[in-house]
Amino acid sequence: MKLNVEANFTDPDAFYASLTDLHRNLDRQQSESANARLILLLANHIGDLTILEEALTIAGEVK
Amino acid sequence: MQNTYTNPIYPYRKSADQNTATPAHHPVVIIGAGPGGLALSIDLALQGIKSVVLDDNNTVSVGSRAICFAKRTLEIMNRYGCGKRMVDKGITWKKGKVFFQSEQVYDFDLLAEDHHQLPAFINLQQYYFEEYLVDRTQDFPQIDLRWKNKVLAIESTKNLNTLTVATPDGEYTITSDYVLSADGANSKIRTMLGLESKGQVFQDRFLIADVVMKADFPTERWFWFDPPFHKNQSALLHRQADDVWRIDLQLGWDADPDVEKQEEVVRPRIEAMLGEGIEFDLEWSSVYTFQCRKMDHFIHNNVIFVGDAAHQVSPFGARGANGCIQSVDNLSWKLARVLQGKAPVTLLETYNTERQHAANENIMNSTRSTDFITPKNEISRIFRDETLKLAKNYNFARTLVNSGRLSLPCSYNDSPLNSIEVETFNTNLTLGSAPKDAPLLIDNRESWLIDYLGNTFTLMVNIDVQTPEKLIAELNLLAHQDDLKLLLVTGNNDEAKNSRIQTTIAHQIIIDHKNIILDRYDLTPGSTYLFRPDQIITGRWKSLSNVQVSSAIQTALGFELEK
Repeated sequence: MKLNVEANFTDPDAFYASLTDLHRNLDRQQSESANARLILLLANHIGDLTILEEALTIAGEVK
Repeated sequence: MQNTYTNPIYPYRKSADQNTATPAHHPVVIIGAGPGGLALSIDLALQGIKSVVLDDNNTVSVGSRAICFAKRTLEIMNRYGCGKRMVDKGITWKKGKVFFQSEQVYDFDLLAEDHHQLPAFINLQQYYFEEYLVDRTQDFPQIDLRWKNKVLAIESTKNLNTLTVATPDGEYTITSDYVLSADGANSKIRTMLGLESKGQVFQDRFLIADVVMKADFPTERWFWFDPPFHKNQSALLHRQADDVWRIDLQLGWDADPDVEKQEEVVRPRIEAMLGEGIEFDLEWSSVYTFQCRKMDHFIHNNVIFVGDAAHQVSPFGARGANGCIQSVDNLSWKLARVLQGKAPVTLLETYNTERQHAANENIMNSTRSTDFITPKNEISRIFRDETLKLAKNYNFARTLVNSGRLSLPCSYNDSPLNSIEVETFNTNLTLGSAPKDAPLLIDNRESWLIDYLGNTFTLMVNIDVQTPEKLIAELNLLAHQDDLKLLLVTGNNDEAKNSRIQTTIAHQIIIDHKNIILDRYDLTPGSTYLFRPDQIITGRWKSLSNVQVSSAIQTALGFELEK
């Protein structure tokens, strides 16, 4: 697998706090829009289709 | 009311076949004188094959219909002798704007690659395209074009097709070795033979309207997502010849087509779209739904399906007529060589495999565009809308905006007709791909590579080798081979040397005066490219061997398929 699923954050707690802060004052619809923007920005940063497909596969494993 | 164009009425003429005691027999009968049928008759005639073309009507397309013709189609039309007329009449465009809600999010320039004879795209109404093809058929005694000849019945067996045809003078019967069914998306021939075109119908309706503007308006493609004048839908504005503008308005699935195409309903929508004070006349309008579908197999006995009859796509990306012409281009040389006994019948099967590959590619691309334009659920709409909002400030998001991926020629990379490649060429052209044009000099005048490819196999060789004796010996062994022409390329205008080689091989030399051929093909001295009669690259080598070339031609003619 090309997708890195080992710990890679410079500061995991800070990231998680920023992520929840982003949504703190947003309603459901705004949160969905913000999430979509975030996915698009990060997906472009990664770029490599193989990696993205691997991430999409894991993301799709919802019960 | 259409004012800029009057449909020609072509005369019905009684054919000698209508008086014969036993049915007349023809090698090829083409059904449908639309873009596909007309192009087939011309391509076959160029290769010396006679055909009868039957059409149930007596004019060209009513309404503009297909309007966007891509470079590859223009190159093929150039080979048919219609390219110049199309480019002269058509609108060459390269700029566009994308709007989301009330704002322009970005504009673009197609920035087409330099040094091509033909533009990346032109817009031209389908009726002109068909009219030019009809005119061109008149130049060929091999083409017997019969208007007001409607096929009532077809019987198809492994060896023979029998057609019952209705005319103003009653019915008659003809037989043929091959039937080419180019009778459109709702092909009657397909239905009569109990065959199906399968796929997806999109739950949406579109209004297309042609309007004539009374004032100047830019030659650009404008696409709106969710505009204020047409909430939650999309709209497209695009210029055609004669100051006619094509407008596409998405209506949604619940719209009533009969209501929507009435002028009093159409007019206020277009007024809102064009802005205040823009005067226009409504020429023509129509409401349509669209489908992406294809037949599982394009050949049934000796009936071969071409164009929309075989494969149909949504209009986004202009892949309908462009795909159709590429199918014609693919089929004609193969059928001609099978009929002339130069290739095995199995060669025809590669029309199916190569064009199935292309149909899948076209369907995939137009389905993706359709899904972007009409998101299928709420979350898809959110992604679509956020992509458009990001596109205003962030370049990366513009690559995701999809209002139609414009048609590029399909590459037959995995075709069994390709030779095996052993050397590496530093170019993005691959075996199975369409050629890239380039400027050249011939007899001291400027011309284009694309004009020298096609109709027969073509061998392009860079003759600038250190010691040309061996190369000349190899070329001489190929110089008089049937169905092969040589294109000798040199990078320099050394007249003495060129004239010596020219005399020895008795072939024209072309000068790659701008080094574009060298660059685009990595055509280093001694390198050789073999093009099929449809101009597709089918073999290439770093040095010339007449044995390899002859073997590659056999492979491209399908003789390897027999084994």
